[in-house]
Amino acid sequence: MRAQTPHGHVHAAPFLDVDTLIGDRDIEIVICCGSGGVGKTTTSAALAVRAAEAGRRVVVLTIDPARRLAQSLGLGELDNTPRPVVGIDTTHGGSLDAMMLDMKRTFDEVVLTHSTPEKAEQILANPFYEALSSSFSGTQEYMAMERLGQLHAQAEADARAGRRGWDLIVVDTPPARSALDFLDAPEHLSSLLDGRFIRLLLAPTRGPLRLMGVGFTLVSSAMNKVLGSQIIADVQTFVRACEAIFGGFRQRAEETFARLSSSHTVFLVVATAQRDALREASYFVDRLTEEGMPLGGLVVNRVHDSTLDVSAQRAAALAEDLEGTQQLEAEALRRHADLMRVAEAESALLDRFATARPEVAQTKVPALPSDVTALDDLRQVGVLLAEKDD
Amino acid sequence: MSEPRHTLHVVSGKGGTGKTTIAAGLACALATRGRRVLLCEVEGRQGLAELFGVHPLEGDEERRLTRTPTGGSVYGLSIDAEDALREYLDTFYHLGLAGRALDRFGVIDFVTSIAPGLRDVLLTGKVYEAVRRGQKGLPTAYDAVVLDAPPTGRIGQFLNIHDAVSGIAKVGPIRSQADSVAALLRARTTIVHLVTLLEDMPVTETEEAVAALAPSGTRVGTIIENMVSPSPFEPAVLADVAAGAVNLSVPGWDEQRNKTLAGEFAVEAARTLEQQVRHDRLLRLGLPLVQVDFDPLGVDAESLFAIAEQLTDQLALEAA
Repeated sequence: MRAQTPHGHVHAAPFLDVDTLIGDRDIEIVICCGSGGVGKTTTSAALAVRAAEAGRRVVVLTIDPARRLAQSLGLGELDNTPRPVVGIDTTHGGSLDAMMLDMKRTFDEVVLTHSTPEKAEQILANPFYEALSSSFSGTQEYMAMERLGQLHAQAEADARAGRRGWDLIVVDTPPARSALDFLDAPEHLSSLLDGRFIRLLLAPTRGPLRLMGVGFTLVSSAMNKVLGSQIIADVQTFVRACEAIFGGFRQRAEETFARLSSSHTVFLVVATAQRDALREASYFVDRLTEEGMPLGGLVVNRVHDSTLDVSAQRAAALAEDLEGTQQLEAEALRRHADLMRVAEAESALLDRFATARPEVAQTKVPALPSDVTALDDLRQVGVLLAEKDD
Repeated sequence: MSEPRHTLHVVSGKGGTGKTTIAAGLACALATRGRRVLLCEVEGRQGLAELFGVHPLEGDEERRLTRTPTGGSVYGLSIDAEDALREYLDTFYHLGLAGRALDRFGVIDFVTSIAPGLRDVLLTGKVYEAVRRGQKGLPTAYDAVVLDAPPTGRIGQFLNIHDAVSGIAKVGPIRSQADSVAALLRARTTIVHLVTLLEDMPVTETEEAVAALAPSGTRVGTIIENMVSPSPFEPAVLADVAAGAVNLSVPGWDEQRNKTLAGEFAVEAARTLEQQVRHDRLLRLGLPLVQVDFDPLGVDAESLFAIAEQLTDQLALEAA
């Protein structure tokens, strides 16, 4: 039922077949990434619903879903715990749980799990911790990874114990400032908390080298001068209290990275057919390739198209002829002309992407007439995702 | 005009709403008749360079991005928190060797990353400095500064400088820097514009941002509805079209073609009606609403001037 693209272009890009992907029992983790506002959450939720109804036992980890989309998944509030989604067709043996990430709570739990109650209390009350756990730009990414690690561990434990746990985790990544944040944040955070400066603060009197001692004096006097001694004291308290969990941060970040680069994971890059979204998508594709991360392909959301084979120019000319006599027809034709222009521009951009990265499989999801708010809407998006485009 | 001329325009909006495009369009609109306008970005994305099709803005360079058809110039600056901190330390403390040691020990990275609010103070501090040049009448002064600010989800926190650093700095140079910036943000010469699409989630985020900004004392001036498709028809007519109750007859077309066109038009009409509902929701905020039309050709450096024209027509843009 899909129409031809306006110029009858056949994209060079191979087709991204999401049904094969979710049907592959070896795939345990699907990660949807891309820039803000491209429909990542909708794509993740739609994939999760489709996989569950095809027989996978799925948990979907969302970051910041639109309220009504969250409601359609039965997520009334942010509570960090997977809850069963009501209304899923389970005749094929699948199931769907959904959860929304609460990054502060996840961080709190990490602290509570990895330190003594007294130390935990000290950490949780420190202003630096407050900032780190709620506003550091990489924390959300890091905590998404942390939570993913926890869900995966639980799934493995269930499997070992013979329980019917999850066999597929779908992850919606945070709306990154840039595509690279998601991959860089865990490393950045662990290097911050495990870095030279921290080690210095932790053991200022044990400076093993003279140079380091000199450096430290310089640093601490400069810090005192600029920040004031109260801040330094806060940092020191924070860092001391956190000492025990730093090693853990780095270790878990490395484990998560290893897990993500295995053949059980697949990354889907989500974009719209807009210049900036596709530029971010290109960065992402290149970066994933560089890091040896398994790339599934590109999901292009909100693609415009028409089944009416009348060009923008022709429609605009007709509209002009009918202006004044047939207002409705004229307006309908003007709208069609706009639609064709959009479709042409998008098609050109997608062609360019496909030419530059011919190995990246694509699937296109047409623009929907209204917001995705109900489970049925997600099913429909799932159908469109799976459908071959041209 | 009773309002003072605004010298700082802060532009925010949900991701995907065209915040950067509108910020650039606004900068072009403000750059009339020999005026110099500085357009700043703070998220390290080089979105301005991409938009204007120029090579990346590096370090503290303020490079001209474009001359406007109305005879002004728009300059671009990409603000980086770590650079800002180094510069700040150099200017105020003459740290020299110690400054380099701070860098070497990862202190710069550490404090700009996790010291609560410090990153935002540094970023807005650079903006503050650029605005102050105008007040001091320096030769490098700008007539206006436009800030492409973080998205709506973070804007309350970003502009609430006072609260942000209270956790770490009760006295000292950071505190006084934060106080100066906060005073600028609350000044009558500073105004926030929120960019939105007429869709559910961006409108919800806009409402939330207005609420989040209330305690900061920074004034929201306008809501800018981006990518609007206006219709010449009354809602009742559109409702009929959307319901499929209207037959079209384009001369020379067969029934099938007319039906297909009517179907397409019905979807468009339904969308226009939904946009109207979102518009009505925004009206309840009691703020001036400005519309920028959807451009089917997409956005490039040239189309910015068309956006600028629409903004000029609707905003009282202190062009005098």
